[in-house]
Amino acid sequence: MAFEPSQPLRDYTEKVIPRYPQKRSAIMMILHAIQREQGYISLEAQEWVAAQVEIEPIQVREVVTFYPFYREHPVGKKYIRVCRTLSCALNGGYKVCDKFLSEFGTKLNETSPDGRVTVEFAECLAACGTAPVAMIDDDLYENLTEEQVKELCDAIKRDVPEQAPAPSAESTHH
Amino acid sequence: MIAAPKRTDIHPKERRMILKHADDPSYDTSVDCYIEHGGYETLKKALTLKPEDVHDHVMKAGIRGRGGAGFPAGMKWKFLDRKSGKPIYLICNADESEPGTFKDRQIMHKDPHQLIEGMMIAAYATNTAKAFIYIREEMPHGAVILEQAIEEARAKGFVGDKIGGSDYSCDIVVHRGAAAYICGEETGLIESLEGKRAYPRIKPPYFPAALGLYMCPTIVNNVETLCHVVHAVSMGGEEYAKIGTPNNSGTRIWSLSGHVQRPGYYELENGKHTYGDLIYEIGGGLKPGRQLLAVIPGGSSSKVWRAGERFKGKDRGGNEYDWAIEDVPLNFDGPMTAGSMSGSGAVIVVDDSVDIVDVLANINAFYAHESCGQCTPCREGSLWMKKITSRMTSGHARPEDVDLLASIGDQIAGRTICAHGEACAWPTQSFVAKFRDKFLERAERQAASGSGDIRLI
Ligand SMILES: Cc1cc2nc3c(=O)[nH]c(=O)nc-3n(C[C@H](O)[C@H](O)[C@H](O)COP(=O)(O)O)c2cc1C
Ligand code: SF4
Ligand code: FES
Repeated sequence: MAFEPSQPLRDYTEKVIPRYPQKRSAIMMILHAIQREQGYISLEAQEWVAAQVEIEPIQVREVVTFYPFYREHPVGKKYIRVCRTLSCALNGGYKVCDKFLSEFGTKLNETSPDGRVTVEFAECLAACGTAPVAMIDDDLYENLTEEQVKELCDAIKRDVPEQAPAPSAESTHH
Repeated sequence: MIAAPKRTDIHPKERRMILKHADDPSYDTSVDCYIEHGGYETLKKALTLKPEDVHDHVMKAGIRGRGGAGFPAGMKWKFLDRKSGKPIYLICNADESEPGTFKDRQIMHKDPHQLIEGMMIAAYATNTAKAFIYIREEMPHGAVILEQAIEEARAKGFVGDKIGGSDYSCDIVVHRGAAAYICGEETGLIESLEGKRAYPRIKPPYFPAALGLYMCPTIVNNVETLCHVVHAVSMGGEEYAKIGTPNNSGTRIWSLSGHVQRPGYYELENGKHTYGDLIYEIGGGLKPGRQLLAVIPGGSSSKVWRAGERFKGKDRGGNEYDWAIEDVPLNFDGPMTAGSMSGSGAVIVVDDSVDIVDVLANINAFYAHESCGQCTPCREGSLWMKKITSRMTSGHARPEDVDLLASIGDQIAGRTICAHGEACAWPTQSFVAKFRDKFLERAERQAASGSGDIRLI
């Protein structure tokens, strides 16, 4: 299936490339825009990016596969990242993670059966003074307790409809 | 949900220069608010001076880098290769990724124009052609705030073409990372900004000041460092240098976290306080009934201090010192004198509710995850150390692990392209050196972690 960039994505790409002295520098920003719109970055999308900045698709893929944030497969509707690093762990970060997992009956790095969330560990989110912390999509939640995690999960269950679980890795590849 | 909530409990011992307005409830991130508080006056002043004179203020101020190495900013700018005739680039390192550090977050989310003003002054002083802010992906709101602030500053003529009505033009571009720690290392950052994997470059020859972004002369400075430029130029380099202590001028924002009652960021005059003041007085001390186990004085890569140890010797001035952890001066040189470093200013306090092996296992998991994989000692060594310490925490510690860990650490440090080699080796080397008995004891007990309230791995 060919990648059909949306008009906003085309506009953004046109705007962002000339900001840089060299086109290739714009890759990461374009990838961010694609992932925000599509939820992940397909190989077809990578080919499109390569064409925009005039490099080979493999050079885009090198970038996509290096950075933990970029993904080639869809995830749950909400992307939850719990900080695993020392200051959070010292303040109960692992428990916070367990709570998210048990609330959605899922495992680390997997999408919940209801398709609502994917829970992962993140490394230090630069908010260690208010540990333990987690991010849900763009938003940071600090000083988390198990009760607060439960409330956050209840809100997600209330606001996000159940969906078909994200397609498996294979189905998004050629 | 707020990316950086305002602090209401500013400690009386703080001397706020960089965070002077940040936590004021009525202060916001608009350019109008910044200007109302005297913002961009220093940039205007700088534009009336010759670039060399602006640079001179920074030299005289003795501003040292707040990103990790503490290198004098003015000196770094001097190294710029101006003979090449290539454009000069300025990069603000806003990757803030050393575990324990959360100070740049406060600046960017609460006072973005201060950073922009600092960058434009630095850009003018060095004749920069274009400036970049490399902000970590995990601060999406910060990136939006910065972009908006730059837009507003551009509309007022402080960024972009002919700034402040002068002949000098320079734009700032906000660039976002994608959750890789190694982008904090300046040459990895540069590769990343070029649209590649963040593989650090070897120095020599790739010193950014000569062969940086697009192989052009480039300055990389931390967010907090660039903010200090505003104050150095505003009050004059010599006046600025009077703040703090000799060779440790200005203030510094310390990020205090871990097992203390009042964790948080505290801006203090350099060298006027000690680690004891920060942990016990300002940070409220340990939780009731707890004993101190260890202090990590400058980000998780800095060498650990064991509770009760003493640091003795003669300093460079020939003065004898005999310090406990609590006596170590809170500045750049103090922790170095005590065998570690102030690094990014991140102090992590660990009490006796956890096992030291677990602490190291947690740290090792971080550095193994973040190795870029270019150098065999770092890639294999960090993973090996992680595997050993993880095994130790699962009830399978062996007495010989201590020496094995030490030897792996010894074979990484000094043998890699970038300082991630040291960053991953120093924790292991220092933990096993200082807590040898505890590591051996763990092997004797064969105890697994994870049953208690706090799990670290
Ligand atoms: C592994 C590694 C990670 C680093 N991470 C950061 C970081 O997140 N932020 C930062 O400002 N400097 C970081 N540094 C230091 C930078 O390489 C560089 O020295 C610094 O940005 C220079 O700015 P300064 O002189 O103003 O401190 C890191 C260094 C290493 C070796
Ligand atoms: S030391 Fe580690 S992080 Fe640095 S270049 Fe080598 S492998 Fe990469
Ligand atoms: S350790 Fe979790 S935010 Fe730093």
